[in-house]
Amino acid sequence: MLELKNIYKYYNPGTLNEMCLFQDYSLTVEDGQFVSVVGSNGSGKTSMLNIICGSIPIESGSIVLDGEDITKEKEFRRNQRIGRVYQNPAMGTCPSMTILENMSLADNKGKRYGLGRGTNKARISHYQELLRPLNLGLEDKMDVKVGSLSGGQRQAMALLMSTMTPIEFLVLDEHTAALDPKTAEIIMELTDKIVREKKLTTIMVTHNLRYAVEYGDRLVMMHQGENVIDCAGAEKQAVSIDDILVKFNEISIECGN
Amino acid sequence: MDFIITILEQGLIYGILALGVYITYKILDFPDLTADGSFPLGAAVSASMITRGVNPYLTLLAAFAAGALAGICTGLIHVKGKVRDLLSGIIMMTALWTINLRIAGTSNVPIFSKETIFKNSFLENFLPEALLPYRTILVIVILAVISKLLLDFYMSSKSGMLLRAVGDNDKLVISLAKDEGNVKILGLAIANGLIALAGCIFCQEERVFEISMGTGAIVIGLASVIIGTSIFKNLTMIKATTAVIIGSIFYKACTAVAMRNFEPQDMKLITAVLFLVVLLVSMDRKKKVKSHA
Repeated sequence: MLELKNIYKYYNPGTLNEMCLFQDYSLTVEDGQFVSVVGSNGSGKTSMLNIICGSIPIESGSIVLDGEDITKEKEFRRNQRIGRVYQNPAMGTCPSMTILENMSLADNKGKRYGLGRGTNKARISHYQELLRPLNLGLEDKMDVKVGSLSGGQRQAMALLMSTMTPIEFLVLDEHTAALDPKTAEIIMELTDKIVREKKLTTIMVTHNLRYAVEYGDRLVMMHQGENVIDCAGAEKQAVSIDDILVKFNEISIECGN
Repeated sequence: MDFIITILEQGLIYGILALGVYITYKILDFPDLTADGSFPLGAAVSASMITRGVNPYLTLLAAFAAGALAGICTGLIHVKGKVRDLLSGIIMMTALWTINLRIAGTSNVPIFSKETIFKNSFLENFLPEALLPYRTILVIVILAVISKLLLDFYMSSKSGMLLRAVGDNDKLVISLAKDEGNVKILGLAIANGLIALAGCIFCQEERVFEISMGTGAIVIGLASVIIGTSIFKNLTMIKATTAVIIGSIFYKACTAVAMRNFEPQDMKLITAVLFLVVLLVSMDRKKKVKSHA
């Protein structure tokens, strides 16, 4: 279970440009829940993910993962238990290393990176088993550098790599936004499959309202650092894209757009 | 023949330096000017230990350790102090000038009469008579090959792969729950260790420590790396480490040939011009900018 408790976050604190994003913001994600988050630009979606992962500091409040306060923990330490896929497919893989080397690196997450051999031949077939269901032919290109793959292929790898080792929490930061519609669809289906299979607690930010409605068992819509829609279960099943659009328009009118 | 052997000797010694520069420039993507200070640091450590009668082979290890320490300092300045990479190197390079003088005692320490890794009772007793004239090149080849093989071994290890990852995409290293700053510091330590090792060998080959011997070391290292990696970029069977050493020999050959027609004081200008030519021909910069876009 992940809890954000009474988060306060200011940008440019102490200056004329001071901007308050979160004011007493709280969010609780139950174990095994798949939360889709939507919202306009600047509503605080990505900032919230950055706060969970520790990429940006907060003014006050606490972040609790499975009962353990991780507010003070550094980003790389939190990643021991959190997997993250970024919007930019290049962020989740190493372009100058081969598919095999990338998979091996991810496979070793949580263990020591010592002087033992970096790639283990005995694991190759296991990696190929993971890659085969993608139907991208990556399993036959183990020695190809990841830099020569397409964005969709890289994002699929990034998703596999971030969920290879046991993690408690998966963070998806608009991970289909940079992909063409067809590839985005494939990645989204893959995401759903992995999340269901591994029963991962997941939070996904997306601009695609259809994905937000179709996938996940809870829907959150953010606006100016607050949740304006938050529904789960049967209530979430009943929500349609139009409902969200109506809310979007309301907000836009409030803002004078 | 002597001419070629001299080129090989110098090329291989600077090849070890180039291995270090390869780590910072190609793998970490860190323009590390510490090299200009850590190269003479290795020489200073070596000269001062040899004049005190220490076994010359021990100085190799001591020089590596001293260089690694310098690299760690550069890394700490950059990672913990959040100083820009280029400036961190410049700060360490400047500081090392004084440190080198303190270690060596004076700006010029001759070790002509002392035992070195090339001239000692052990080699004279055990090396066959016929090979004695070639002992310098022999020792250098052995040291260069050992350095290369050790680096190859390291690069294929888990720790080495993490090092390669950090220059490529440091976000990934964070995602793997590793502190990317520590990985960078480790890389700088190994790189400057190798550079100081090259300085140690160079000092014993020249039989003198000279405070200004490091000036331009980074240029020679960069030129070697760029020549090596661009000549062999399409040959995947040749490892980058081999390519870099061959690049260094090639570069030394170019300067040696050029120097035959010029005065010794023209040396640095020739070094600079050759480096520029290498850059323009290889177009390495453009590729780098593109791949990082």
